[in-house]
Amino acid sequence: MPVLVIAEHDNSGIKASTLPTVTAAKKLSGDVHVLVAGSGSAAAAEDAAKLHSVSTVLHCDDKAYEHGLAENLALLIAKLAPGYSHIFAPASFFGKNVMPRAAALVDAQLISDITAIEGADTFTRPIYAGNAFETVQVSGDPVMVTVRMTAFDPAAQDGSGAIETIQGAGDTGLATFVGRELTKSARPDLATAKIVISGGRALGSGENFTKYLEPIADKLNAAIGASRAAVDAGYVPNDYQVGQTGKIVAPTLYIAVGISGAIQHLAGMKDSKVIVAINKDGDAPIFQVADYGLVGDLFQILPELDKALR
Amino acid sequence: MKILIPVKRVIDANVAVRVRADHTGVETANVKMSMNPFCEIAVEEAVRLKEAGKVTEIVAVSAGPAICQETLRTAMAMGADRGILIQTDETLQPLAIAKLLKAVAAKENPQIVMTGKQAIDGDHNQTGQMLAALLGWGQATFASKVELETDSVTVTREIDGGLETLKLKLPAVITTDLRLNEPRYASLPNIMAAKKKPVQTLTPADLGVDITPRYKVIRVSEPPKRKAGVKLQTVSDLVMKLRQEAKVI
Repeated sequence: MPVLVIAEHDNSGIKASTLPTVTAAKKLSGDVHVLVAGSGSAAAAEDAAKLHSVSTVLHCDDKAYEHGLAENLALLIAKLAPGYSHIFAPASFFGKNVMPRAAALVDAQLISDITAIEGADTFTRPIYAGNAFETVQVSGDPVMVTVRMTAFDPAAQDGSGAIETIQGAGDTGLATFVGRELTKSARPDLATAKIVISGGRALGSGENFTKYLEPIADKLNAAIGASRAAVDAGYVPNDYQVGQTGKIVAPTLYIAVGISGAIQHLAGMKDSKVIVAINKDGDAPIFQVADYGLVGDLFQILPELDKALR
Repeated sequence: MKILIPVKRVIDANVAVRVRADHTGVETANVKMSMNPFCEIAVEEAVRLKEAGKVTEIVAVSAGPAICQETLRTAMAMGADRGILIQTDETLQPLAIAKLLKAVAAKENPQIVMTGKQAIDGDHNQTGQMLAALLGWGQATFASKVELETDSVTVTREIDGGLETLKLKLPAVITTDLRLNEPRYASLPNIMAAKKKPVQTLTPADLGVDITPRYKVIRVSEPPKRKAGVKLQTVSDLVMKLRQEAKVI
């Protein structure tokens, strides 16, 4: 039986979160289908068809799916569910929003945020902000999961699946899209960047993020992240937050500046390959996970680092 | 307008969680328990809506063992008017909780159910969405702003890349994110007053809900440990290590 992947996309292309989800799905079936439900979304469907080992893209182009409203999309997923042994989606804000709704419609207990697949019905997932991992065996038809993006490699884009047009499942009329304010940035996406530099409350202001972190991020082609404290203080927008309930990142290099290292923050970054901590408190918990640490005043260290990277 | 607030009792956010030696779960004996922080935000929002005259009654509901009454008392000390305890010692998974809440919603007829976007123990992030599906209501997850009208609610949501605003018909389900508000501390007089507020106790059987678990936990394990590295003296040491040892820049 094929496995269905719910693609995250913006109508003009698929999002990076879809790629590791396809890789995870492929572990359970040689036959991976991808659902692209959108409006004016032909380019996204073509994108999805290029994903390695995707045999079929189910393309549903309908106004009801223009903004990815969970009410409408969950209905469509539920309609398609009987044809599949498994349904996968990324554990992004998109997948977290729609998949539980779809699962409830087909009376399935979703397994969230899996980091490993141990069998067709057995998965490992983090609990307690990643302070423990549980391996669970689920009964259900279909088996529905969301996939932690950093736990699986992105699928290659060398495939040539068929695109099949399908009918929608209607508009529930329960919700209306009003608008979206997206943070504009020329930097790499936080969730997929190779290098991330994050700031904490110790930065003191949004201006200091610009003045001290941006030059370094520019030189390293890094994404900028933040601790919850820095976001709550209004220094940077919410989508910068790295942590248990924000973004989960696992870059090659993670530089934590003025971040003490609360367990909720560590939950979002401790799978990074190399971690650097810069903090004035040498006893801060961040140093317990850092490969390299510098104890000192970040307002002196950062300009020096900027200079050393020139 | 009535608002229903599901609240969960969890290990306190500041406790360092330990995996039990037999790998069946985490240590819960003699561990501080609290209301899930996201549920606190939901209670706070409801109380603010009541203070603004938009909500007339706040009903807190919790599911679990008898001691979850404490969590309901906390909600009532913050300003909830009464509590409903769905009492069971059985394991409750998100789909079962959503079914229990659906049954409570059918009795109570709230215009809004508002709860935390996730509980910090299981980190599932499912119950609100599942409840919305079972009720056939609209959902606004990860809310950072809630504007309530008489027959609709406009919610700003935290999403990948920024913020999104949705308008939902009532009744609706809202799940709360961190930046919706800062929950108040209950005052001593309010804590005392909460002890006199009514709590109704129901069972899953009273509600006619099958709570049989859908997954079994095979093993709970520790995460791979990260070794602490070295503290360096100078920025040039750091850059050299990153270039030559780690080879990441």
